[in-house]
Amino acid sequence: MRDQRWWTWHIAAGAIILVFLGLHMVIMHLDAIFRVFNPHPGHPIEWANVVERAKSGFFMVTYIVLLGAALFHGLYGLRTILFELNPGAGLKKTLSLLFVVGGLALFVFGAWAAWASFQFAITQPAAAAAL
Amino acid sequence: MLDYKGRPNRLGIVGWLGGGRWGAERYLYTLHRVTGLGLLAYFLLHIFVTAARRFGQEAWQQSMARVTGPVFTLGEYLVFVAFAFHAINGIRLVLVELGFGVGKPIEPVYPYRTSVDVQRPLAVVVMLVAAVLVVLGGLDFFVLK
Repeated sequence: MRDQRWWTWHIAAGAIILVFLGLHMVIMHLDAIFRVFNPHPGHPIEWANVVERAKSGFFMVTYIVLLGAALFHGLYGLRTILFELNPGAGLKKTLSLLFVVGGLALFVFGAWAAWASFQFAITQPAAAAAL
Repeated sequence: MLDYKGRPNRLGIVGWLGGGRWGAERYLYTLHRVTGLGLLAYFLLHIFVTAARRFGQEAWQQSMARVTGPVFTLGEYLVFVAFAFHAINGIRLVLVELGFGVGKPIEPVYPYRTSVDVQRPLAVVVMLVAAVLVVLGGLDFFVLK
């Protein structure tokens, strides 16, 4: 029963990822075609552009939402693949525990990185960011 | 994943390779899993690589310099291609899961009509959309830079 509910969350997380990773890919990799959220010249990973996005509360929040959704979707997907190889009941339990602990640890680290970068970026002067 | 009551999955990973009588959608299933695993591997590293921005411009540029070069550009493009496929094929999977695009239930009167034929147009359309994204990405990665 629990797995059916998690499968529903897997689909819901997929929908969230479609929106925010879609936006992320347009910003980072279709920048020569659709120039969005890259106010400074050069590549989207130029420091000035990175700081500009990190300063934004919208990006801080959606990075964390995307992080959580992608971690759940990806790790639950990997767990499904591993479980289809018919591990024993004990191994299944250990794997599930590892996924939960590992996933939460990655979420905490990633969310900290997004939050702390936001705090850091808003102290950066706008002039220093140009170029 | 549900627990099986009947025959367990004896083929394991090998079962991904052969479409058997399932047809083209079976290979989309295989690709969905392969691209999913690739995206996950990239994503887990991506969390750590991009966290460098917290420590300022120099740390960020050092971190980015470590993943620069033709090999990484090609790798990133493969990630983009995997994303395009996985995202667009995922839309198809959700639609089919929710019962769209699979046709109405019909009486099982011989000769039986397979619902795979009803689903095939959806698979073709989403692959065309994915192909457009792959081309746009290729332009951005390699031509318009």
